This record gives sequence, C-alpha cells and structure tokens, in this order.
Amino acid sequence: MSKAANLLSWIDERIPLSNTWDKHVGKYYAPKNFNFWYYFGSLALLVLVLQIVTGIFLTMNYKADGELAFKSVEYIMRDVNWGWLIRYMHSTGASMFFVVVYLHMMRGIMYGSYKKPRELLWIFGMLIYLVLMAEAFMGYLLPWGQMSFWGAQVIISLFGAIPFVGDAITLWLRGDFVVADSTLNRFFALHVIAMPLVLIGLVFVHIVALHEVGSNNPDGIDIKKTKGADGIPLDGIPFHPYYTVKDLVGVVVFFIVFFAIVFFAPEMGGYFLEHANYIPADPLKTPEHIAPVWYFTPFYAILRAMPDKLMGVIAMFSAIAVLFFLPWIDRSPVRSIRYRSVAYKAILIAFVVSFIILGYYGMQPVTPAGTWISRLCSLIYFGFFVALWFISKDESTKPLPERVTY
Amino acid sequence: MATDRVAPGQDGNPDGVDKKRRRLLTRTAGVVGAAGALAMVVPFVSSMAPSARARAAGAPVEIDISKLEPGQRVIVEWRGKPVWVLRRTPELLESLEKVKGDLSDPESEDSDQPEYAQNEFRSYEDRQEILVMVGLCTHLGCSPTFRPEVAPADLGDDWMGGFFCPCHGSRFDIAGRVYKGMPAPTNLEVPPYYFMNENRVLVGDSGGQV
Repeated sequence: MSKAANLLSWIDERIPLSNTWDKHVGKYYAPKNFNFWYYFGSLALLVLVLQIVTGIFLTMNYKADGELAFKSVEYIMRDVNWGWLIRYMHSTGASMFFVVVYLHMMRGIMYGSYKKPRELLWIFGMLIYLVLMAEAFMGYLLPWGQMSFWGAQVIISLFGAIPFVGDAITLWLRGDFVVADSTLNRFFALHVIAMPLVLIGLVFVHIVALHEVGSNNPDGIDIKKTKGADGIPLDGIPFHPYYTVKDLVGVVVFFIVFFAIVFFAPEMGGYFLEHANYIPADPLKTPEHIAPVWYFTPFYAILRAMPDKLMGVIAMFSAIAVLFFLPWIDRSPVRSIRYRSVAYKAILIAFVVSFIILGYYGMQPVTPAGTWISRLCSLIYFGFFVALWFISKDESTKPLPERVTY
Repeated sequence: MATDRVAPGQDGNPDGVDKKRRRLLTRTAGVVGAAGALAMVVPFVSSMAPSARARAAGAPVEIDISKLEPGQRVIVEWRGKPVWVLRRTPELLESLEKVKGDLSDPESEDSDQPEYAQNEFRSYEDRQEILVMVGLCTHLGCSPTFRPEVAPADLGDDWMGGFFCPCHGSRFDIAGRVYKGMPAPTNLEVPPYYFMNENRVLVGDSGGQV
C-alpha cells in the first residue's frame, strides 16, 4: 500500500472518513435531470461560508457600543486595509443570501420537494429561513444608523401587540426602555455567536435529512424505483464528480454577479444598504420614510395592510407560519409542476406575483392606493393556500413518466 | 439465580433487576435534574431585563418654553424617548372640537395619560395651549411627523393639523388623538409633567398633582 492509502486506512480505523465521504458525496446518487434551479442549495451553503468568514474579520474591528458602533463601521470602511471590501462582501452577502434562499424555496415549491417523504427536510429548511431572518435583522442593527435604530424599534415593538405580556416582552428584548446600547450589545452577541451556531446546526440536519431520503428532481418522480442490477438507481449519478463540477460552474457565475455588485453597486441604489443608514442613529427623529431591507418587505406590506395592530402582527407571522404546513396543505400525490393542472399553475403564478407586488409596496411610503393593493395581494397570498387545499384534493394531473426526462 | 452481583428483584426478574425501582430512580433523577436546569434559566433570562443602571436613569427634564412661539414645537429627550412640547395656536385648538367625530378615542378613555390631561386638549385645562407628549407612535414606536398645516396635498383636504406617522400611516389630531381606522391602537402618550412657573415645564414628574 502507498503511504497515502496507509494514512487513510489508519484514519478510517479511528473515524469513518471514507464512509462519510462515500455516503454524502462519492456514492450519493442524485437524479441526473437536475436543472438550473438546483444550483441554489449549494450556493446558499457558499454564501453561509462567505458570511461567516467576512463576519469574523469584521468583528476584529467593529465595536458593539452605542457611542462607537457607527464610527467603527466608518473606520472599517476608510482606514482598515481592505475593510471596505470585507464589509461590502458581508452586506452584499446578506442580500444575496436571501436571493439564493428565495429561489431555492421556489424550486422546492415548484417541484413539490416538500412532499412525503421530505416533510422534515422542508421544515428544517423553513427553520433555517426563520433563523436567517432573525440573523439578518440583528445584523442590520449593528451599524447603528438611522435605519438600524428605527427598524429595530419597529420590529421589537411588534411583540408589544401580544395581549397582556407584550410590553414586558419588548422591555426584556431591548434590555432598556428604548432601543439603546444594551440592545445593540445583545444583538451583537446573538448575531455573531448564537444565531450562526443555530444556523450551522440546522443546515447540518437539513443535509442529513436530504441524504436520508434522497434528492427530488424536476420530474418529481422517485428514482429509487428503477434500480440497476448493482442496486444503484438507473437515473442516479454520483454527486462527485458530476454535481460538484456542475455546482462549481454555478459558483463561478454567482461570483461574477456577486463581485459586480460588491465593486460597482454595493448599496444597490438603496436596496441592499439604505441611504438613511449613513446617518448615525437619532432616537429623537424617525427618518421621513422607513422601510425594511427588500427581503422583509413582502411581510412588512402584509403588516401595514391591516388596519389593526394585533391583526397586522398576526397576519405577518401567519404569512411565514403557513409555509411550514405546505406539505399537508398540498394534498396532490403528484409533486412536480410539470404534471399538475392548469388551476394549480394559475394559483402558483398568482401567489408569486402577489408576493413580488407586496415586496414592492412594502418599500413604498404609505398611500391609500398602496394600502388597498397590499390588502388585495395579502388576500391572494393567503388565498393560495386555501385554493391549494381544495384544488389538490382531486386534481386532474398528467400521467407521470417511468423514468426522468431531460 | 443468574448472578450474585445483583440482588433478585421483588417481581422475581430473572436478571435480578428491580425495574420498578430503577424506573422510579430514573424518573426522580430526571425530574430533579430538569427542575435544576429550569431554575438556572431564571438568572439568564433575568440578566436580559433592564439593568439597575438602566432603571435608575430617567430623571425628570426641565424645559424653558419662554421662546416657544405659537405653532412651534421643541423636542427633548426624556428616558431616551423624544418628548414634544408644542405651543398650539387658537386655530389649532379650535380644530380639536371639529375632528371629534372622526376619532377613535376622543375622550382618551383607553389611552395613556395622567388624569389631569384626560380632556379634549390632553393638557392642563388652564394651560391648554401647551401640549406635552411622548413622540412615539403607539403602533410600532416610530416618531410621527409634526404637520400643523391645514389641508396639505399629501394628507388631503380634511386635514386640520396634527401628527402623521410616516412608518405605517397613522394619523393623529393636534392633541395626539388617533383617528378611526388607523393601525395605532390608542392616542399618543402624555407623560407626567407640571409647570414649575409660567415659562418652565418639568417632564417626568407631576409635581404632586394626580
């Protein structure tokens, strides 16, 4: 045996290295008909790594202190060697994380990847999405600009709508009577330690769950049903080298887009970094127009569409909660949109369009017309789930192919 | 018996294991351990509540209103919150009666204010022109904008002057009373305050009045 093989067998006797590699990469057989939509899972993992690495380097110069935070961010931008690059990578990474995750979720919905036996996989994914929103929200407070401050003020106040204990909860979350130094400090702790740990744990179980049940595919059929003489699915190819190489192409294209933004439009015209956040936090004055960063705006629009405080908060949280139940709301046995009815396609399109319109109005100042459009779109958003429950009961679907098509 | 290292159980278990006793011990240990872990949650959760220093801060703030012209407003910081002091013009005070029908809580019965400010003006009856108010929307805590002008283009022809929250569109009259159908549930909060003399207001203390 060669020295390398010797070393490997020495390790394998002590920890299941080769086994783990084979199980999750070398002999993990994924369907061979993956398309463009299947890039976003691996890209999400890539952005997670980017955020952790850039985040570590940012903490080396950032000061979590009401007096110093804003200045320390400017210091990173101006005086720290390459500080601007690291910070813009982190801020662009936050938005790109949501771009990638929204597309990843869209893929899951279109191809029915949440259906049996992938319900837990979907739920872990939803939990990742929830933690990611908390992570992004807390991170946005850290530069301690006007948007940081008032955004946190509004979002923490949401909990004040809870009957009886609401005020006590907001006080506890802030650690002061208003958003203050103590709030900034704890958000920093949660942003750099607690949430990333939870996130990594959830990503781990998300992948474990995926590899237990196997990947879905654009046809939504089970490749394990047709196996060759060797017991390997005929339509399966090993993740490595086939999909590692495919995903690398995705990484290259992603980086072209990512660094184009970092170098040429890091603020993205106020969508990734809002203009008002270049003004230090002022507890006495709310900016004329405040809106969350784009990835929260659909839910923010639903909140604003409600004429009542408690109803608004309930509607907003329900909009996210209802997604957890998608595997049970959709009763059709057919997974992929390719073989589903026209009615299903129609409500899915209405759902996506309403989500985008809500996202747009969530960024705009309040106008009566905007409020009414938001109300209509909120109705369509929730209506999708109601319609899906009924449509999917006895849906007339197209016949499924025996083998994957590509 | 199979072994002499474990005494035979009462139920004659062949392995000599008293499963009943083992179950009792396991459960007891589990419950005690869980109670201990639960007790440890208290200090950690409590450490996130406002500290002694945060609770001690918040002394009353004194404001000189001698230079405050009618229609003018100043903002001061009290307990980290913006507090508005506004000298209302007679026209603005007259608007309070006219808008009454459109308000959600015109008598301020469900709103937060000292008893002496629970009236149409939401101020001391003998100093109704001076409004002292916490400048945070009761909806989600944004600071509403001061819009004393009548019928501006963006707020519509029936606007009589008041406060407008840019975040979620809540409208308030010039006494901080919320209009009907707004996201804000109650009128703006009036803090405790009193007039130390003609031209000085102390915010954060009622000066012995109830």
